[in-house]
Amino acid sequence: MNTLVNNTIHILLAVLLPPLLLGVINRTKAIFAGRNGPPLLQPYYDLIRLFQKGSVFSTTTTWVFRAGPVVGLVTAAIAVLFVPLVNSTAPISFKGDMILFAYLLGLSRFFTTSAALDTGSPFEGMGAAREVTFACLAEPALFMGLLVLARLSGRLELARMLGDSMASNWTTSGAALALVLLSWFIVLLVENCRIPFDDPNTHLELTMIHEVMVLDHSGPALGMILYGAALKLFIFGALIVRLAFPITTSSAWLDWPIFVLGMLIVTVVIGIVESTTARLKMTHIPILLVASCLLSGFGIILLVR
Amino acid sequence: MSEWLVLMGAVIVGASGFPGLLFRRSALAGQWLTTLLAVFGAGLGLMGVCWFVRTGETHAIVRDWLPQGIRLNVAVDGLSAIFLVPVFLISLLGSIYGLGYWKQTEHQENGRALRLFYGLLAGSMAFIVLARNGYLFLFAWEIMALSAFFLVTTEDDKPDVREAGWIYLVATRMATVFLFALFALLHTASGSFKLFALTESNSNVTPGMATAIFLLALGGFGIKMGIMPLHVWLPSAHATAPSHVSAIMSGVILKMGVYGLVRVTSLLPNPPLAWGAIVLALGAVSGVLGVALAVGQRDLKRLLAYSSIENIGIIMMGLGLALIGRSLGRPDWVILGMAGCLLHVCNHALFKGLMFFCAGSVIHGTGTREIDSLGGLAKLMPWTALCFIIGSVAICGLPPLNSFVSEFFIYLGLFDTLVDTSKPSFAVAGLAAAALALIGALAVACFVKAYGAVFLGTARSEHSRHAHESPLSMLGPMGVLAGGCLVIGLAPSLIAPALVSGIVTWAPNVADVGGRLAALAPLPWISIMGCGLVAGLWLGWSVLSSRLRSNVVEHASTWGCGYIAPNTRMQYTSSSFAQMLVDLFAWALHPRTHRPTPFPLFPQQTDFRTEVPDVMLDQAMLPTFHFVARLFTWLRFLQQGNVQIYLLYIFLVLVALLLWP
Repeated sequence: MNTLVNNTIHILLAVLLPPLLLGVINRTKAIFAGRNGPPLLQPYYDLIRLFQKGSVFSTTTTWVFRAGPVVGLVTAAIAVLFVPLVNSTAPISFKGDMILFAYLLGLSRFFTTSAALDTGSPFEGMGAAREVTFACLAEPALFMGLLVLARLSGRLELARMLGDSMASNWTTSGAALALVLLSWFIVLLVENCRIPFDDPNTHLELTMIHEVMVLDHSGPALGMILYGAALKLFIFGALIVRLAFPITTSSAWLDWPIFVLGMLIVTVVIGIVESTTARLKMTHIPILLVASCLLSGFGIILLVR
Repeated sequence: MSEWLVLMGAVIVGASGFPGLLFRRSALAGQWLTTLLAVFGAGLGLMGVCWFVRTGETHAIVRDWLPQGIRLNVAVDGLSAIFLVPVFLISLLGSIYGLGYWKQTEHQENGRALRLFYGLLAGSMAFIVLARNGYLFLFAWEIMALSAFFLVTTEDDKPDVREAGWIYLVATRMATVFLFALFALLHTASGSFKLFALTESNSNVTPGMATAIFLLALGGFGIKMGIMPLHVWLPSAHATAPSHVSAIMSGVILKMGVYGLVRVTSLLPNPPLAWGAIVLALGAVSGVLGVALAVGQRDLKRLLAYSSIENIGIIMMGLGLALIGRSLGRPDWVILGMAGCLLHVCNHALFKGLMFFCAGSVIHGTGTREIDSLGGLAKLMPWTALCFIIGSVAICGLPPLNSFVSEFFIYLGLFDTLVDTSKPSFAVAGLAAAALALIGALAVACFVKAYGAVFLGTARSEHSRHAHESPLSMLGPMGVLAGGCLVIGLAPSLIAPALVSGIVTWAPNVADVGGRLAALAPLPWISIMGCGLVAGLWLGWSVLSSRLRSNVVEHASTWGCGYIAPNTRMQYTSSSFAQMLVDLFAWALHPRTHRPTPFPLFPQQTDFRTEVPDVMLDQAMLPTFHFVARLFTWLRFLQQGNVQIYLLYIFLVLVALLLWP
């Protein structure tokens, strides 16, 4: 199958699939709790409704408050173009793109936390402080993992690092890859504000991270935030899928369903983790994140010893 | 041609403050004349640099300067050109900025002296970079160090300014001691004070001597650069100086230390691996601890000063990588490391100059630099706020601005140390990439805190409630620097030729630097992605705006869990924002936390704050110096406080030296 078709499917999936992932996680959690839960497509309905709603803006805010959701969505939309989904290709791929990938997420964090501080609310300040603090530990963990992959693949393009050679690398350096997988799964949970780091469904502003930062956003801006968050989950999910199920068959028409299946498995696992673990005490979160850095660090040591 | 332009520029800038001395204190004419001269001189200098980068032709100027064979020996080369850009650009913009920030009519007691030393400082720094002779280098270095002292102590009626000045003076004297030893050793090795690349054949340099020279350079220039354990003079000096002086100190003076280290390492023959490893490790430590200290600061300019230590760390990481590449014969690492190092030198001058100008604008508009008494300035000072956020994004190394490009080079080089296993390699260096990622994330925390606490939310005090925007003379230079950050970020290929000539000068035996750099770092892709990002943001913004136009928009007060009378005291302060990170780094920072008593019987008004004093200064340097001072009290009898007696001592020492065989 030629590149054009592949890229079209890539972009279509990146546009359409993310909200479904949120729906799958919520359904998994509902099943574990013995409830029916909202429809699988509920996040789509939410998005459509939010884009049609009016907005309320705090009188304290400036343009930064509106820029936050825009930057969050646009950076995620660009970052998703670097991530390989089914093989060693991605719509955009050049040497060092993984650095731009990580720094785009940094740019998004800069503006979402600034937008939170723009309201002058104590709760949103609290959420922003937690977000930047935990990111300080998640970022090195992401890079440690990238170092392992760069070493294994000998390449500096994200698509190649997670590309076709992955399957054979599992047989030669499985231990290092397993460590990276575990470490990046922790990064996925913290970057997407999942239990045990953050509870998207909590009802107490004092305890939240991501949700509390967007308390004052409403209408289309909130829709952009919701969609950006779903896209970010898709991005990190795709990284995990490429790490855990690096299956590339001879037929590309088979690869795409396998990818979607892998993605659904990852989201179900997230749902299971969320249903079976309790939230960590806020002061214990950094300890787990340092451990996540060290896991990938051990991976590097395994490779360069 | 280029060298004459630069030399004339340096002389004119250096002398720009003198005519101003002839004017009345209360008149503005002197300031205008000085500024015009400085702008003219710096413009000439910048033209010279451009000329050199475009044509590459240059000749050394050698003249007999003093008897005894001491010569004036100046030249422009690739390294000089890169470092001359910040020297001339920041002094040009700083002089214009001074028109609004340090108006002669408002600062009659010190305005003329400030401009005199400002010019001298800029001129002497140009000479440091041009000098090809140890004498001239040291001479210019001393003028720079002393004029910086007089600039730091501009407001010497304030006790904290005097204290900062003293600490700076002690530090710079120590640096000079190292440099005297360094040039003496270089003289022993090469047989002359001329600065040229030493090899086994043209000098009697031994590996031990080379290492001694390197360590002396690391110590002497390291103090000036403010690398981590030697940084103690830096925060207070930057914080208390007038803001356009802080801009030139942080943006340019620190770079003179970098220049010295880069130049000396270029003169020495092939370095052992340990040098690069030391520089890389020191860079990582300075970077992480510098920005961790910055996060905890409550004084806006101290925060920026600690962030300079962080950026010097990043520059050192680039240099360390290049040194490792030279030891192991890996030209790719030399090119990427040096490109990152040199580009970050320019970038840091641009965005740190911008940030100090913004901080000055805040001080000008509110009268305070305490972060916790500011807030909500974005509405009253919109242009300063815009410049500050551009500077913040740049300082964090985020795309699409300039610092992303330089960090990109360094990242690529560090990743490369892990990738190619066929040739001699040094895989541990790869871990520095994780340190760089940590630095980046901490910088985001630090500058979100600074921007949020100063410009967003609501005013925390009367100071910020009645703030006013700065005049055009201050906003103009800020706009130029912000534009520079954007241009380099979007079109890094523009500056690539200058980087290439710098790398060629540093490592002449690396072949085809230009071609390799283009192959190693996909600069066109960075431009494409940067433009794509800007276009995407514009698109997203217009989508949101059109939705907001077609839907109902209401305005209300901030949601406070149903509490309907939110006030400014409910906001997160900078202390509370930084608290988790400060706790995380408490092992290194030793913060002083002032906590409220939890549950007294009758709760009273109380407050919470954390202070992050400088651990190295308070717990290591000051005790050591006090101890040494006590040790030397038995020499006190020599110190009569009488100049004639000191002349006698000098005479006696000289006689003793005459008797020396």
